[in-house]
Formats: sequence, C-alpha cells, structure tokens
Amino acid sequence: MKLFTHNMLTSKMIKNVKVGYPLKLNAAEVKVTPSEFRSTYVSRMLPKIDWGVLYEATQSIGHAEAIPSSISDDYEKNEDFLRKAHHALFEIEVINGEMICPETGRKFPIKDGIPNMLVNEDEVN
Amino acid sequence: MSSARRPEHIAPPDIFYNEEEARKYTQNTRIMEIQSEMATRCIELLEIPDEESRLILDIGCGSGLSGECLDDDGHTWVGMDISQSMLSVALEREVEGDLLLADMGEGLPFRAGTFDYAISVSALQWLCNKDKTVHNPIQRLIRFFTSLYAVLNTGGRAVFQFYPADENQKSLIMAQATRAGFNGGVLIDFPESKKKMKLYLVLTVGSTVSHSMPDALSDAPASTVSYAKRQSNHQRNKNDLRNRTAPKFSREWILEKKERRRRQGKNVRSDTKYTARKRADRF
Repeated sequence: MKLFTHNMLTSKMIKNVKVGYPLKLNAAEVKVTPSEFRSTYVSRMLPKIDWGVLYEATQSIGHAEAIPSSISDDYEKNEDFLRKAHHALFEIEVINGEMICPETGRKFPIKDGIPNMLVNEDEVN
Repeated sequence: MSSARRPEHIAPPDIFYNEEEARKYTQNTRIMEIQSEMATRCIELLEIPDEESRLILDIGCGSGLSGECLDDDGHTWVGMDISQSMLSVALEREVEGDLLLADMGEGLPFRAGTFDYAISVSALQWLCNKDKTVHNPIQRLIRFFTSLYAVLNTGGRAVFQFYPADENQKSLIMAQATRAGFNGGVLIDFPESKKKMKLYLVLTVGSTVSHSMPDALSDAPASTVSYAKRQSNHQRNKNDLRNRTAPKFSREWILEKKERRRRQGKNVRSDTKYTARKRADRF
C-alpha cells in the first residue's frame, strides 16, 4: 500500500463512525520502490492530499526525513518539493502492518502490501 | 447464458474466485482478451475530456487486466476486489495500481471526492446476490452507490460492464443508482447479437445539464461505426502521454511497455530478436 492510498482511506463504512479519518498507521515492513516522476501529475494530485496526514504517516513508519512538515506555497514550480512529494506518495510502500480506525479501534491488517478493508455485515450501517 | 452457468449462482465471489479460477485470468487468453476488450470500452465510455492522466477507481479489479488497460492510457488507478486469490494473481503480475481487499457492498472506504472516474468489469451483478443470510441486496446496492457517489468528484463518471440476470435485476440496479443521486442509464452494445451483446451502466455525478448518453455500438447496417473502427479512431485520436501509436500487442507496443517498466525500475528481460515474436502454431 502506497502512502497516497493511506491518505485516501477511511473507516466511515463502519456503523456510528463519523469521520473515520485518518487511519492510524503501524508498519512492520516498509519497502521503497522507485517509480517514474511526472511533475504535472504530482502537482495536480496535491490539492487532494491531506498534507498533515501524509507527514504524520511518514513519521510513523520511519521515513521522518522524507517530506517537510508543511506544504510549499509555490509547489507547482518547486521541482525539489514535488520530487519529495512524489517519493512519499508513490514510492514508499507499507508491505506488512495494520491501520486502526481512530474512532472504534477496529484494526485493518496489511499483508503483502494489500490492506484488508473487509468488515462484517453487522459492523456496517 | 443459461442460469445454471452463471458464476453468481455457483458460489459467493470470495469463494468462487479461488486460486484455480483466478489462474484462468492469467492463462486463458480468451478470457483475458474479452476482459481487456470490455475494460477498454469502459474507459472509452468514461469520455475523459483531455489527455491528462487521471486517478481512477477499479471496482472488482481482479487480477488487474482492466488496470493494465488504464496503465496503457497513462492513468493511475486503485483497485479493489473481494477475492484474495484474484489479488494474489494481480500481485504476481506486478500491476501498477494499489490494491485493496474490500467488499463493494459494504460501502467504499475512501474520503469524499477522491476519484475522478471509476470503472468496473463484470462485478456489479454480484451485488444482487444474497450470499449470506445477513445480506440484503437492495441495502448493499444502495450502500455501494451512495458511497460511490461520495467518492467521485463533481463531473465524475462511473462505467460498469455487467451481466444482469434479467430485466428485474437491471431495473433494480438502475433504481438504486438513481436513488443515490446518479444520472445516467444502461447502454447496450451489439443489441442485435445475443452472443456479442454487452451492457454498460453509465453513471454521472452532478450534471444538472441534460446529459447525453454515449452511442452504443452495433454491427447492424446503417448504424454507428463498428467497434473495431471506433477503436482504431480512438487510438488514432489519442494524443496520449507517450504519443503511443503502435497497435496493442505489436512489437513496438511491447517494446514501449518494457521500456516504461524499465524506467520504473522493474526487472525486465532484455530485448532480443525473439521479443514479441509470434509463436509457431501447434500441430
């Protein structure tokens, strides 16, 4: 699971969960896979990203130096920043670990890089 | 298709798509060809306005065949599927998209406005099943469509290729989609041929302007352009990210794909005179 996906995931399908975001991330195994950098793509993606959550995620899985704590104002022109953002969003992958719903404490295991978001029918609305 | 042969009537999706069944999606070229043809048509029906790459949700991504079609068009995708075996095959194939094990009938686990578009190949009819006693198909459909409506951006579109068991199922699905707020309808390609006929549910988000459905394909005379013709037009018109002109599965296409995967730092066999060479026919 890439951190970009973590940035999008919620647990709000669970009954009585209001926001379900962000999911707390615990990683047992992390892998970095290089991928093609496209600056226009990254800068178009950034408005959708919750930067605080991304920063928190890099901190919690031992990549504290990956990105600055706040988003750069001129990121569209700042290639250095975009490269860092690309690295954090698309290259750092959690292979094994878990995510935890902030409201219910429900755990979602991550195995072989695939988060298991299945819940029981009686847990949903 | 006779009802006895419908996979939905054999077992729930997470059971039906076991390792043996999942294997077919990498080894059976006939299945693979049909799947990627339908995926390509779904992508075409999204009518993505510019040539920029988009973030697309693939619902029921399976082994990632549809995802590969999205890769070819330069899009980024996130795929979800309920079958662990299918996802394992996708992992083996080293697909580009990120994968999730999730049940569409439980609602989509994403923030609002995450995706621009969504596609789904041969998955929607599974929602009409009552595989567990606790399952309520209508509830699962409305839960799915409501959450899909939320995760798509305004102006977004979702296209589902699906196999409804009968008219009732089709109108049930359509009714729940409308209830969730979607506009759209069912498009029938090749309605004159029972064998070739394919149904696509095309849904749009928040277009208050009267929205027009894309044209269906047909082999019948004096109708719209044939699928093959449209495909080639589509390819030709497409000034996509890598200016791809090579037809799919040609040597140029394969070389380009290998080059792309090399750039991504993947382990790729070197190009030789044997690359993309057609195998001799058996017997």
